[in-house]
Amino acid sequence: MDEFLPIVLRSLAVSLSATFGATLIGLPLAAVLALGRWPGRQVVLVMVHGLLGLPPVVVGLVLYLLLSRSGPLGLLGLLYTPEAMIMAQTVLATPIIAALGHRAIEGRWLEFGRALQASGASRLAALPHLMRMARGGIATALLAGFGRTVSEVGAVLIVGGNIAGVTRTMTTTITLETGKGNFDLALALGLVLVGISISASTVVLIAGRDRA
Amino acid sequence: MRIVLAFLILLLAGAAQAESITLASTTSLDNSGLLGRILPLFTKASGIEVRVLAQGTGQALATAARGDADLVLVHDPEAEDAFIAAGHGISRVEIAWNDFIFVGPRSDVAHLAGSSDAVAALRKVAEAKAGFVSRGDKSGTDSLEKRLWREAGINPLGAPWYKDIGGGMGAALNVAAATDSITLTDRGTWLSFANRRDLAELVQGDARLINRYRVIELAPSRIKSGSPAAAHALATWFAGAQAQAAIGAYTVGGRALFNPGVKVIP
Repeated sequence: MDEFLPIVLRSLAVSLSATFGATLIGLPLAAVLALGRWPGRQVVLVMVHGLLGLPPVVVGLVLYLLLSRSGPLGLLGLLYTPEAMIMAQTVLATPIIAALGHRAIEGRWLEFGRALQASGASRLAALPHLMRMARGGIATALLAGFGRTVSEVGAVLIVGGNIAGVTRTMTTTITLETGKGNFDLALALGLVLVGISISASTVVLIAGRDRA
Repeated sequence: MRIVLAFLILLLAGAAQAESITLASTTSLDNSGLLGRILPLFTKASGIEVRVLAQGTGQALATAARGDADLVLVHDPEAEDAFIAAGHGISRVEIAWNDFIFVGPRSDVAHLAGSSDAVAALRKVAEAKAGFVSRGDKSGTDSLEKRLWREAGINPLGAPWYKDIGGGMGAALNVAAATDSITLTDRGTWLSFANRRDLAELVQGDARLINRYRVIELAPSRIKSGSPAAAHALATWFAGAQAQAAIGAYTVGGRALFNPGVKVIP
């Protein structure tokens, strides 16, 4: 196999980038869903929640067909690149960040919205305050998004191709090494993966408690 | 967030350095470690980085047919014929060979051990209703297994002792080891497989079990990188002296996994 550390770093790079992308899309969506009252809002809300359980292999397959050279986005040449993996994981994490973020912001809005509006703030002006008050819940949303991306294998295997040194991540290496009967290596990577997941939630929990 | 961006930049920089081509190949050549050993020699000589997609032969050919690879290295004569007939491939050269073997538990309820007749062996498997694991994934190994069943005049699909797992060679060997079943494997994957448990080599030596690996050069319209020259350079290199010597010299646990040998397939 490749060296251990580059695989771990590559996994983190892809998943953090995807979480970043999903935050850029999902968090504004969460705010708009929490504060706005616009036509079609319920539909979007149902869709966002419906996509929480989006199967990674389906995302992988659809993206594969789009990015393949025979597909509509084939000219971009993105299939079997880290960028394709980031795209797939962004799609997976966005509904999670939007749904959980919406819940966190809306909770604070119901609690303090009237007070904020009474003090003369418009919804837009109240948003930064709300976000600050809801940061514990938002952090949980981002963490859940990251957890989803770093642990999934179905999508990255299809659009990344598990190419050594290019698109091989922790989860695809575990799949590969299990196939070779190298359970020690697979398990070691599995432990790193679990360790990353536990450390991330610990950090968020501690940070959330201090600021609550 | 700054860390994320720094990561991303590192990642992209790493991915974009040299000229690279994509080789769609089989799991047997990659999982056995052969390609990881010999391809750096090519990269060193040519400056061209090779990205290996390790897929079953069926999937590798489909990938190439969609235009998502630059060169193909597979082992399924019938599927290769169809691929070339469809106009996706323009030339085919055999660059290595070894053989397939039936492996199974030492208890050997179907009494296969020591036999060299692959078709008779399958008849015995069916007669004894011995557990049998099939790849079921249209790989080269899977196609050969299906051909041998046809030759034996038996349709095992749906039989309770016949497990179609739809997975790679390693997955099939894992299932065979865990359920005391027989399976057909290429020798390279078998020799480099680390979880054999009670599995042993049972049937080998049948001419029908020869496993030939062929490089197929793609029609220019199918080449992903737009660099037919680089793909041609790799195809030529596989058949050249350096690669052939490296293939013959590759061993796992002191045993050679592949035999070199170049043959142009008309």
